[in-house]
Amino acid sequence: MVETTKLEEIYTVLKTVDDPELPSVSVFDLGMVHQVLVKDNLVQIKMVPTFAGCPALDFIEMNVKKAVEELRWVKNCQVEFTMEHQWSTDAITDKGKTELKKHGIAPPPENYRPGDEWTVNCPYCDSDYTSMENVFGPTACRSILYCSSCRNPFEAMKPVVIQPLNS
Amino acid sequence: MSKIVETAEIARQDPSYYQALRELLFQLADDDFIISFRGSEWLGLAPHIEEDVAYSSITQNTMGHAVMYYNLLEELGEGDANFLAHDRGASDRRNGAYLEKRNGEGKYLEEPYFDWALAVVRNYFYESFKKVKLEAISTSSYKPLANVAKKVLMEHPYHFAHWKLWIKQLQTSSEEAKKRIQNRIEEAWEEFLDVLELGNYGNEMVQHQLIAIDEETIKGNWLEEVKTVLVAMPEGPLGKKYGSGRNGEHTSDLDQALGTLAEVFQSDKTAIW
Repeated sequence: MVETTKLEEIYTVLKTVDDPELPSVSVFDLGMVHQVLVKDNLVQIKMVPTFAGCPALDFIEMNVKKAVEELRWVKNCQVEFTMEHQWSTDAITDKGKTELKKHGIAPPPENYRPGDEWTVNCPYCDSDYTSMENVFGPTACRSILYCSSCRNPFEAMKPVVIQPLNS
Repeated sequence: MSKIVETAEIARQDPSYYQALRELLFQLADDDFIISFRGSEWLGLAPHIEEDVAYSSITQNTMGHAVMYYNLLEELGEGDANFLAHDRGASDRRNGAYLEKRNGEGKYLEEPYFDWALAVVRNYFYESFKKVKLEAISTSSYKPLANVAKKVLMEHPYHFAHWKLWIKQLQTSSEEAKKRIQNRIEEAWEEFLDVLELGNYGNEMVQHQLIAIDEETIKGNWLEEVKTVLVAMPEGPLGKKYGSGRNGEHTSDLDQALGTLAEVFQSDKTAIW
């Protein structure tokens, strides 16, 4: 099999491995896959964690390894979380954003810059008549908000951006 | 000398470099670890439910930061990260002594008369310090550490903003709040200094460009930050009442913390989690 086909196969698999807390949102769509290397029947995958304190990382590592090793030609798949590259909410794909909304989680603001006001539209009714209830939510990467238009509580992905140093 | 050390293997080749790196990593790991433990003791006890969610989220994330440093130590060959966290005695710990201080009177399970003023002052002082130190480490000559520092700095602004808001509001709140916050600030002034220090290997850390600034500069930058927030700066110099945690000097409060946090671990060290 040619290498490009192999890569495609692996990416197809990665799009089916969901975040343990968010069924239907894949680790690929969350932007956690940094690099896939294939050498013969060995696969090496570098991933970036969303937030460092995320307790799901071990599960994600295990699930990715297991799923990729189910491909018939793969003998071994190594998964590694790397700090060489920083995850940012910009890495979430459009599909990821759509799927997050189905869980009642608003995707992060696009093209957010540090210091900007952070407005979030309700994932249910798309109103911007919303308020932040708590920057901190049930996981490190999420906040708790409330929509005054449709009167639903919801969550939002925290924007994570590279901070300019010495600011 | 402007060398970049890319891997643990290369770091091990220079004993002086290795020693300074090891000390610095233990400081970073042990600081985040112990302040997270004290934070975890507030679970269910914070002033209101939203704060309970916020403080436990910050604590969990900070514990995640400690894990990253323990992992770097594991890569260097210092042993398993779980053992480094659970199975080292007080004299091997490098956290600032003020950070191990009990949350107040009583125990978590019995009559926890913890003091929120201490939590607010301690966390604000610590997060201010953490920003200064991490910015100085984000250009570290040890590349794996610089990467971790940059990652932590992306998450840290949320923690920092949270405690800054608390201390600002309580300082302009009721008379009781003002008094209790001020008392804890005055107290911290006599106890916080070793947190800002780099310990016995501080010079080597700077020489090897593991950190971009020395401890005097850390102290200066930290003072600049807290000056902008404290309504009444304490008079007199900063002190380290409990000695230098950076050199393994600690109080019985650390023994109490280690006894509690490692209780399950010590009951069966071979258990797989």
